[in-house]
Amino acid sequence: MPDSPQQLTDALAKAGYLADEGLATAGFLARRLGRPVFLEGEAGVGKTAFAQALADALDLELIRLQCYEGLDAAQALYDWDFARQILHLRAMEAAGAGTADPVALEAGLYDRRFLVARPLLRALESAPCVLLIDEVDRADDEFEAYLLELLADWAVTVPELGRVAATTPPTVVVTSNRTREVHDALKRRCLYHWVDHPDPQREVAILRLRLPQLAESLATQVAAATARLRDLDLVKPPGVAEAIDWAQALHALGATSLTPPLAGASLGAVLKVREDLARVREKLPALLEA
Amino acid sequence: MSGDVLDAVLAFVGWVRRAGVPVGPDRVHAFAAALDALGPAQLYWAGRLTLCGSREDVVLFDAAYRAYRQGPAGRDGRSSSLPRPASSPRRVLVPFGLSTKDGDDAGDGPHPATVALRASGHELLRHRDFGQLTSAERDEVRTLLGLLRPAAQTRPARRFQPYPRGVVAPRRTLRATLRALGEPARLARQRRRDRPRRLVLLVDVSGSMAPYADALLRFAHAAVRCRPASTEVFTLGTRLTRVSRALRARDPEAALAAAGAAIPDWSGGTRLGEVLGAFVTRYAHPGLARRATVVVFSDGWERGDPAALAQAAVRLRRLAYRVIWVSPHRGRPGFAPTAGGLAAVLPHLDALVAGHSLAALTELVDTLRAGR
Repeated sequence: MPDSPQQLTDALAKAGYLADEGLATAGFLARRLGRPVFLEGEAGVGKTAFAQALADALDLELIRLQCYEGLDAAQALYDWDFARQILHLRAMEAAGAGTADPVALEAGLYDRRFLVARPLLRALESAPCVLLIDEVDRADDEFEAYLLELLADWAVTVPELGRVAATTPPTVVVTSNRTREVHDALKRRCLYHWVDHPDPQREVAILRLRLPQLAESLATQVAAATARLRDLDLVKPPGVAEAIDWAQALHALGATSLTPPLAGASLGAVLKVREDLARVREKLPALLEA
Repeated sequence: MSGDVLDAVLAFVGWVRRAGVPVGPDRVHAFAAALDALGPAQLYWAGRLTLCGSREDVVLFDAAYRAYRQGPAGRDGRSSSLPRPASSPRRVLVPFGLSTKDGDDAGDGPHPATVALRASGHELLRHRDFGQLTSAERDEVRTLLGLLRPAAQTRPARRFQPYPRGVVAPRRTLRATLRALGEPARLARQRRRDRPRRLVLLVDVSGSMAPYADALLRFAHAAVRCRPASTEVFTLGTRLTRVSRALRARDPEAALAAAGAAIPDWSGGTRLGEVLGAFVTRYAHPGLARRATVVVFSDGWERGDPAALAQAAVRLRRLAYRVIWVSPHRGRPGFAPTAGGLAAVLPHLDALVAGHSLAALTELVDTLRAGR
């Protein structure tokens, strides 16, 4: 376990993720204080990738819960494996155990082996681990209330089985794209960090780390062009993920430097909205020269 | 943690609080723990990660932190040298565009001539333009506005609920059969659940809309009170302000005071196209307006290029389920949508309705509930 944010930064870099000071501090405090990290930011700035890198850096298992509308306890926490329970009963019947104590038989049906653990329960059972609750803004308000209980006690109660508690609290990363304001009660329990687009130097470093075969001059050009695209007031400003895609596309095209024809041909890797493409295409030469 | 350090921590928290970041005691607790883990050199990150709860908080926190670092004289936390953040000066709401002098006599009790409002008077009042009310009528209208229940029509959810006359529910039927150890059981039936559709209200608070802004914000407050989780309210002026949270207060006066404090550009100029564009880029496109009903309260008065406004409207139309434009002038006789901005957005709207009187807003509530 890292002793300082700097150590965590180094460990994350080894795992292929260049975190800035704030993010590394957030990850460090999450481990030290046992509080979840709440990450907000534009799509594609590396919120989800952070959780993956954190798991790699700490050498822990990553358990991911993708939120969506209508997500409920049966999909997030646990469910009874009905088919297996029935199978068990049939097997007992076939084995001629009909004379066995029916109370014991029934109690046997609510055994741990008939419980299907979903991500949240799995995280409690296999802690220490990294639990990623992705895009929590997509889930319903009611689900947040559910999370509150879990994040406060690190335990859930299965009525038929009893309480399942984590021996050590898992490291939790919650991400949100901010399509809806997440309730204060949830945020209050978390460390809040707004993830910004990286500055060009960091972006060059990220590109070089992710794509070692990429020439440094090309990486610099791609990072500079991406930074300028972000200033253009586009419908969807490109994130780090798009910059990586773009560099990869350029590399696949055999480019050694970013020229207007090559940029025009590969622009679809970085911009995904028709209006943005039209706007950027007309000022592409100026954009690359500047 | 020693007493001195604790005092310093609390002094710093005082700076942050006065900058406008709502810091509760549990956050202070987390801040102290983080500072303990990181050391005092990391005051910035320890504070930012634990005391902030949104991007807006981060901006205010940065200002407070700079002020704290710069002002050694004010380190005791009680100095008045802390610059007030841009969003916190309290503004007096000018009701219905009347000057404050007129507003003052509202406190002297109801106007004698309008004390008794009978049913017929009531009906007249419902159709009276918000800009032409006496102070007593205004109080009456405010009470009536508070009784409206504006909400968007529901939408079918992804999930199902049991319903005896619906379609067959395979999963539940199968489970019932298994429960009966394979004997065919009764067919379970289901239908799609209904969920509230998100309602996004954009209220123009520029100078030209001043006579209506108070009433429209009260309407917005009624909408937030009706469906707090699925209603979002923004104000448009020279900039975009999210006031959904301020309007959550139960009491309309408290909610409007909070919203007024949050709006930095009350009765100022207007850059409608630019601000609406900013709304689409920052909120609507990332998901806030997807499948939502969007209502824009504005006279469409645009000084800049109407093309920018039209472009924003096109993008909004493509994202939203329904875009309704409410213009206070729509209800006037001889109205034609010729205001530069309004003419530009008209082809991209689902409806253009009036919003100048209580009756018009009541009609708007029905329009919202009726669906597309």
